[in-house]
Amino acid sequence: MSATVKDNDRLLLTVFVILVLAGPIVLAPIGASYPDLLQRFAIYGVFAIGFNILFGLTGYLSFGHAAFLGVGSYAAVWMFKLLNYNVIPALVLAVVVSAVFALVIGYVSLRRSGIYFSILTLAFAQMMYNLAYSVLTPITNGETGLQVYTDDPQWLQTAGSPTTTNLFGIRMNEVFWKPEFLGFEAQFNYGYYFAAVFLILAFYIALRIFRSPFGMMLRAVKSNQNRMGYTGLNPRPYTLAAFVISGMYAGLAGGLLACMDPLAGAERMQWTASGEVVLMTILGGAGTLLGPVLGAGFIKYLEAIFSKVNETVLQDWFSFMPDWMGDALSFVISPFVGEGWHLTLGALFMAIVIFLPGGLIDGARQLGRWIGGGFGGGDRKPAHSPVPAE
Amino acid sequence: MSYLTVKNVNKRFGGLKALNEVNLSVEKGTVHAIIGPNGAGKSTLLNCFVGRLMPDTGIVDFDGVSLLGLKPYEINQVGVSRVFQTPEIFGDLSLIENVMIPAFARRDGAFRMHGWEPVENERDLRLRAMDMLADVGLAPRANDVAGTLSRGDKRRLELAMCLVQQPKLLLLDEPTAGMARADTNATIDLLKGIAERGLTMVVIEHDMHVVFSLAQRISVLAQGTVIAEDSPENIKGNPKVQEAYLGGAHL
Ligand SMILES: Nc1ncnc2c1ncn2[C@@H]1O[C@H](COP(=O)(O)OP(=O)(O)OP(=O)(O)O)[C@@H](O)[C@H]1O
Ligand SMILES: [Mg+2]
Repeated sequence: MSATVKDNDRLLLTVFVILVLAGPIVLAPIGASYPDLLQRFAIYGVFAIGFNILFGLTGYLSFGHAAFLGVGSYAAVWMFKLLNYNVIPALVLAVVVSAVFALVIGYVSLRRSGIYFSILTLAFAQMMYNLAYSVLTPITNGETGLQVYTDDPQWLQTAGSPTTTNLFGIRMNEVFWKPEFLGFEAQFNYGYYFAAVFLILAFYIALRIFRSPFGMMLRAVKSNQNRMGYTGLNPRPYTLAAFVISGMYAGLAGGLLACMDPLAGAERMQWTASGEVVLMTILGGAGTLLGPVLGAGFIKYLEAIFSKVNETVLQDWFSFMPDWMGDALSFVISPFVGEGWHLTLGALFMAIVIFLPGGLIDGARQLGRWIGGGFGGGDRKPAHSPVPAE
Repeated sequence: MSYLTVKNVNKRFGGLKALNEVNLSVEKGTVHAIIGPNGAGKSTLLNCFVGRLMPDTGIVDFDGVSLLGLKPYEINQVGVSRVFQTPEIFGDLSLIENVMIPAFARRDGAFRMHGWEPVENERDLRLRAMDMLADVGLAPRANDVAGTLSRGDKRRLELAMCLVQQPKLLLLDEPTAGMARADTNATIDLLKGIAERGLTMVVIEHDMHVVFSLAQRISVLAQGTVIAEDSPENIKGNPKVQEAYLGGAHL
């Protein structure tokens, strides 16, 4: 049995790596192969994977994880301002600073559980959001948002080095290959591949944690904290470790966002952003390995599609219809698109929670089984195995 | 010499005096049974040993250490394991994981970060956990989810979880309740074997067959008060005990 678990994980990891590396091609047919969106997939994938280590394994539902995302972004932009546009110091500081914040916030919030824990994390995040807009303006640049100005020190910036974010000269925003692929345009971009490396790393570390004794203890926290205590285990440091790790993932994601676009604003820490990662994780399948990545991609893709649609686009769609019909249809649909796309997200979320409580990954598994076992179902996750596969 | 010493323990729940000046002395290497009618305070007493409840007054010492004020995990780390009246297991985890977790706790202490090497590399622990499951007759279900077990099987699983820790003191709150007769007998045999190897146990039990086949000493609790403490033979003939059980259980 142990051999098959290992083999399954190796297969899972291989498939994951191939899909991520082939991202620009795989996603070209759905019109998602452009740098901005691809980068978002990878970065929010990291965010959701980290969130899942806390929520999926221990069951502690944080409503304030965007705080770490924001902190990571601010830290990264500060490195750009002080040193130069190299992304490595920026990411290092982003992860370190978010770890410190997570340690403090986690230490306090984890004194309570259930809804009280959620409220505490939410309160912390909102506090940080408000501070970023008010007293911390010297650090965060308030409403304008933190960005790099020409009069910033940039001590390590030399005459020849790029004036955009880069990895030792490789520019994040550069598209290095733009092939036509079956009639679809695919854009290969350095920023995406940089983020993709971290996505793969994040996934691999999560996989190791899931299979480790530490991961087992985290699932024990979710299952029965009382029994843990009577068994001689102190649940607190386990949950705190999970909290800090997931905070570091969030900080890394925030840092990566700044690496793609050297800007940081307080809205990144708003409660809606915290809620979004909860949705991603649950939508994809909390407690599974692939689910959160899938959920993140799903939401970011829909956001890209729906938020772009506006009145004119709608009218364009329905131009073949009689006027009154097109008008009626766009009247019905318009609240769900553009600015209002969250309405669509909400409706989708409800539908999935009701009809697919296990999330998209569960849907995929059921579909796989339904089509004829094999893929996505049987061979990866034997029905009797309680180890969360995928 | 007394291994577990309980002196003048009192516990009130509002107006109800659940424990009233309870004294108990358990010798090392013996099995001590606590019997008494429903609501007598037996489980409440055990709760005072494992940190679930704090007695209002009194002393609970184990092996020279006071257990009062310690957290449940600290008490377990001292060497006290407990099977609960309502099974406390990891319902979402597999049976083998349920037994491996306490084994980890015994080997590595209350917290240790093992975040990298897979669980399956812990071959020794897994083998010990499998042996323990085999001892309680649950080996064939090692990979099942624990929550799907019957009540009696959950209790056997909990017993395995305690035994794998090789505790110094084992507390059993009705270890055979909800079990079929055959399983009860198998469990008694298992416990007897362990007792013979010198494990100290405190057993709460309604089934007198179980009590008399295990215990060297019996305390009788009624309405929070210890009304008798004696050897099984003497307890059987004690009129006060028979009165406490009048209309209740069968001696
Ligand atoms: N946490 C609590 N809060 C309030 N009352 C409690 C609490 N725990 C127990 N009691 C009460 O204390 C009394 C003793 O309960 P306890 O569970 O110790 O009895 P018991 O001897 O174990 O009975 P049984 O044989 O039914 O298990 C009962 O009247 C019970 O209702
Ligand atoms: Mg009881």
